[in-house]
Amino acid sequence: MSSLTGAGSLPPLDLTRAPEGGEIGPVQSGWRLAVREFASNKLAVMGVGILLFFVLFSFVGPVFYHGNYLTSNLAATNLPPGAGYPLGTNNQGYDGLALLMKGGQAALEVGFMSAVIAIVIGALYGAISGLAGGIVDAVLMRVVDVFLSIPFLFIVLIVAVRFGASVLSLSLLIGAFSWLVPARLVRGEVLTLRVRDFVAAARVAGASQTRLIARHLLPNALGVVIVNVTFQVADAILYVAALGFLGFGLQWPNQDWGDLLSNGITYLQDGYWWQIWPVGACIVLVVMACNLIGDAARDSLDVRLRRR
Amino acid sequence: MIGYIVRRIGTSIAVLFGVSIFIFALLHAIYPSPAIDVLGPRADTALIAAWNKDNGFDDPWILQYLRYMGHLFQGNLGYSYKLNQSVASLFGEVWARSAWLSGASLVLSVLIAIPLGIYQAVRRNTIGDYAATTVAFSLYAMPVFLLGLILIEVFALDLHVFSFEGSQASSLPSIIVDLHAMTLPIVTLTLLSVAAYSRYMRSSAMDVLAQDYIKVSRAKGLPERLVLIRHLVRNASLPMVTLIGLSIPALLAGNLITETLFNFKGLGLLFYTALQNVDYNVLLAYTLIGALLTIVGNLVADVALTVADPRIRLA
Repeated sequence: MSSLTGAGSLPPLDLTRAPEGGEIGPVQSGWRLAVREFASNKLAVMGVGILLFFVLFSFVGPVFYHGNYLTSNLAATNLPPGAGYPLGTNNQGYDGLALLMKGGQAALEVGFMSAVIAIVIGALYGAISGLAGGIVDAVLMRVVDVFLSIPFLFIVLIVAVRFGASVLSLSLLIGAFSWLVPARLVRGEVLTLRVRDFVAAARVAGASQTRLIARHLLPNALGVVIVNVTFQVADAILYVAALGFLGFGLQWPNQDWGDLLSNGITYLQDGYWWQIWPVGACIVLVVMACNLIGDAARDSLDVRLRRR
Repeated sequence: MIGYIVRRIGTSIAVLFGVSIFIFALLHAIYPSPAIDVLGPRADTALIAAWNKDNGFDDPWILQYLRYMGHLFQGNLGYSYKLNQSVASLFGEVWARSAWLSGASLVLSVLIAIPLGIYQAVRRNTIGDYAATTVAFSLYAMPVFLLGLILIEVFALDLHVFSFEGSQASSLPSIIVDLHAMTLPIVTLTLLSVAAYSRYMRSSAMDVLAQDYIKVSRAKGLPERLVLIRHLVRNASLPMVTLIGLSIPALLAGNLITETLFNFKGLGLLFYTALQNVDYNVLLAYTLIGALLTIVGNLVADVALTVADPRIRLA
């Protein structure tokens, strides 16, 4: 036993005496503080509310609202909102509200799936790179540089044209190109964390390698990852919309918001506003909600920014 | 500093080779040979094999890559079998149009975002700051085409001030003076960049405002106007250089969508048409050029920052 670990030399703590400088409040975990901080941010709560609304709207909505989006109905094309069609119909006679719900499913599914793929790849890659250091780290980071220099939308478009777009293929494709930023972030975190005093202290106190990673490195790097997930979701939803708008989006019977919008543009001059603005509002609201949540999460996880 | 620049250029060349190999291999895997386009859909397999052999499309892909890159350095970007024209001449016809659209909006957005961000940082948490943040946040969440659509609806269809289409003129000078047609595309791209840049500029200016040298210059009695111009603007604008370098892929994507929406015949619309026709040589060449622009942009940004900021030079 080295003399450094000789804890027996300290006098026993006197628990009956009040600490100097007044009472100490109950110790709370960092995560609970972060959640409380997050919940006190009105914009963040609004973001969560909007996102929850769209999850319910897209996935639970169709259970209660049965609009037609599968068979064209030429007797009811381009109807304005009214009885039976709360958001009107499009040029095929599809129900506007039902299309919005269907498109919302695709947007949220691709958004979350691609974000999870990107984060898992990115966190592993970044952690390996940061822990390995040296030449391995240098090579792995140059690979990231290479991928970051590729105009990613072009590649996604080319692959989507060749192989067709589905929820799964788009998620894989977007995820496969979005792990670069999380990889850099996690690597940066691991690099700074592993030389920090609290890690050294934990090591001196006898913590095992597993405990170091699980209790000290990961929870501290996780904040960055969580913040990044929300921005990834927002970006992926915008990518899907762009693909749909250019006409290379999901195939019928799947619908995506960008495709609905580009359909509506044909009738812009005819004043069929219900085919454009509701979809546009949906895209903006969901993306904005993700950005609001991301900003608030970053503020609440960053101890220095916390308003005490 | 010369050593740093040389090293930085070396890294860029290495990255450029990595990127070109990846893009070439990917597109080659997707589309091995244009034989069908040239010989027609009813060509038999023997004919296709013979054509592939004559034109080197049955060589190992790495050999084809080297040959392609060799041609590239001689300015030969390949041949568009769909448009029966060399890709270089296709790009030569339209690149200036895209450069004008993207360049004008980039310059405008920097000219707007820097003063706006500084105004927001100096007057933070006032009504003006909140209003600008709200607008920037909404624009930031907006797809390019939606913003363009809103502008078309309001300014072209309702007010009849501007055209809903980009300029169809063929010479660059007449496009530049055609503000009736070019205002909306340029404003679309500008507003989107301003949304991103001004948020960044605001936080950068807030960081600088908290620095000691700002306090010192105020304490020694320098008028606030001079504090802002001499100390704040120059220091707070430095990160913008890096940001612009990093945002080139986003600018190219925005350019593609804006040109498609406004039917403005530039590189973006050419790429879009090539996607519809599956014209792979155009797709390959433009993707490679996009990657090249990104790498050069990052390089220029890094070098410019080193020149502008002595603290980096010393580090």
